[in-house]
Amino acid sequence: MKLTRRALFGTTAGIAIASTLAACSASPGGGSGASGDKIRLGVNYELSGPVATYGQASVAGIKMAVKEINDAGGLDGKQIELVEYDNKSDAAEATTLATRLMSQDGVLACMGPATSGNFKATIPVADDSKVPVVSGSATADDVTVDASGLKEYAFRICFNDSFQGTIMAKFAAENLSGKSAVIVQDNSSDYASGLAAAFEKEFTSLGGTIVATEGFTSGDTDFNSILTRLRGQSFDVVYLPGYYQEAGLIIKQARELGITAPVLGADGFDSPTLLELAGAAPLNDVYFTNHYSPIDEDPAVVEFIKAFEEANGEQPNAFHALGYDLGKFVIDAVSRASELTGEAVKNAMAETKGFTGVTGTFDMDENHNPVKSIVVIGLKDGVQDTSEKVG
Amino acid sequence: MLRNILRWALPLAAAYGIVLLLIEIGVIDNYLFATMMTICINIILATSLNLVVGFTGQLALGHAGFMAVGAYTCAIITMRVDGIGGFLLGVAAGAALAAFLGFLIGLPVLRLRGDYLAIATLGFSEIIRVAINNMEITNGAAGQSGIPRHVDWNWMFGFLALTLIFLWHYIRSSHGRRAVAVREDEIAAEAIGINTTRVKVQTFVIAAFFAGLGGALYASYFYVLQPNQFGFLRSIDILVIVVLGGLGSMSGSIIAAILLAVVSTALAQFTDVRMIIYSLTMVLIMIFRPGGIMGSREVSLGILGKAFGDKKKEVTR
Repeated sequence: MKLTRRALFGTTAGIAIASTLAACSASPGGGSGASGDKIRLGVNYELSGPVATYGQASVAGIKMAVKEINDAGGLDGKQIELVEYDNKSDAAEATTLATRLMSQDGVLACMGPATSGNFKATIPVADDSKVPVVSGSATADDVTVDASGLKEYAFRICFNDSFQGTIMAKFAAENLSGKSAVIVQDNSSDYASGLAAAFEKEFTSLGGTIVATEGFTSGDTDFNSILTRLRGQSFDVVYLPGYYQEAGLIIKQARELGITAPVLGADGFDSPTLLELAGAAPLNDVYFTNHYSPIDEDPAVVEFIKAFEEANGEQPNAFHALGYDLGKFVIDAVSRASELTGEAVKNAMAETKGFTGVTGTFDMDENHNPVKSIVVIGLKDGVQDTSEKVG
Repeated sequence: MLRNILRWALPLAAAYGIVLLLIEIGVIDNYLFATMMTICINIILATSLNLVVGFTGQLALGHAGFMAVGAYTCAIITMRVDGIGGFLLGVAAGAALAAFLGFLIGLPVLRLRGDYLAIATLGFSEIIRVAINNMEITNGAAGQSGIPRHVDWNWMFGFLALTLIFLWHYIRSSHGRRAVAVREDEIAAEAIGINTTRVKVQTFVIAAFFAGLGGALYASYFYVLQPNQFGFLRSIDILVIVVLGGLGSMSGSIIAAILLAVVSTALAQFTDVRMIIYSLTMVLIMIFRPGGIMGSREVSLGILGKAFGDKKKEVTR
């Protein structure tokens, strides 16, 4: 009995492994990414796990862009096919899936992941397989170029964090005539420390002074001790690099303590949750940098918002818009490529000039970063009231 | 003697050869290879955790912390020392540092039992993660990227084989018997003269060593490290492999690591239902085989042992 049971398990395990091997070897091998009348593009996003909202929003945008192209007859008569995988917000899984997309599914280019760390995990695979990877929202400074040089097959279509910090410092000094600032930053994220460093550098070079710097950790809910310390000092603006969960509570508690100075932030503020946490009244004199604004009156943006609301029943946020632009950007590069190989698409991406998307018009610079404008959004009673394109 | 060596050498050599052959003829492409690397790393982590949880009976939830220490140490060294020498130094230093931390943590903590031990080890692994998150050399929350890849099939298999051979013999040595005695009844074990604290610390340090080794290989294969990869859930993932495979069964851990990777891989394209089916698989295994896939039995080597006419040797519960 024991032996048969054991044999049974051995056989089952054997069959399981053999069938996976067979299934995998049966799928199309690596190649041009264009089999017959289809062009295959990879989608490697965080669809589950801690940053799933970013991934899901980006993918919704990408799908909308691809659907538009396919409904209009595809690219030179070829339909675009997306191969979509969930990397569970895990960097190792992102590497593995990039390998899968490039070696087994033979995609022409890969989109995603949404966050910088996970995106970086796919870049060495892209260089090995000579298939470009593009992210719509990896904003860390060293994504496409670092100390070891340019990452040949990595691109992004969003600005980086230090640009956001710099623009906000300019905005504080020039538009708000701020002379002194305090920084309240999220110490547990590299995103916030990058923003804070860039803000401080630009603000002091414009003649301003940083009066104080306070820190918190993501997950904190009571900020009264740091805010009480700030209340006793005099300053013109508060720079608050961090995400909406903490920012919402900080703004609420700061206003309750009587801190009325303008609060400045970055794209981490862009969520309906900010309003839910802070309430409408404290969200006055709050400004943040973002990739796009839904109150923009540019016809392309208005049209995008209308189409998106019809298809998805909600107002698009920056990740939706960036995903949409990402899809359009990759397809545009494929259409301009001299042949349907990863290398030709990579060259076409690097040569991008004057690409127009919902999040702005940009050229690709020599570091594979877009040269694009930034939007500074002002809130009035928690609703986006002003938007201004800068840079 | 020869027979004893054959018991582990044959299946290992066979596994090595088959995979090498499959790579040669192109059945295993880059993607399957990456999946296999994940499986191998999970086997190293799970079998070493099994030594503590399954064989010594101490519920430890901090394996991800030791893995993180090994991974970061290896990453930091290989990014500064070039070549295979740097890689080997990194792996050795990663495993050694993890073992050392295991010793420091184990000494006070292993006097606790059951739930208390679980919570204490969990706490220590969180301390390690938060420390990494705030240190300059680890590059904080942004983590390490651009770690050179040195791990290929030969290195991975070599380290995996080393782990399995060591653990296999350790369990069958007098040390392993003492560990099992502690699991079965700590008071009785003490009464017959076993230094239970020493046994527990010793197995804990060994487990931490191999967790560090697994982490170092992880760093050297996956290019990027971030502190949030080594959270509480990573420890649970490893524990799930151990429990699914069977507490006290090395081959069970191996089978469970392979099975879970196969299920996870096969479901990768069904993004919406993936985690549901994956979790359902675990629930079903636990309902129909509450002791894990293997219970406390061993499979492959036992069958081979039979083929060579040995009497079946089991570490019974």
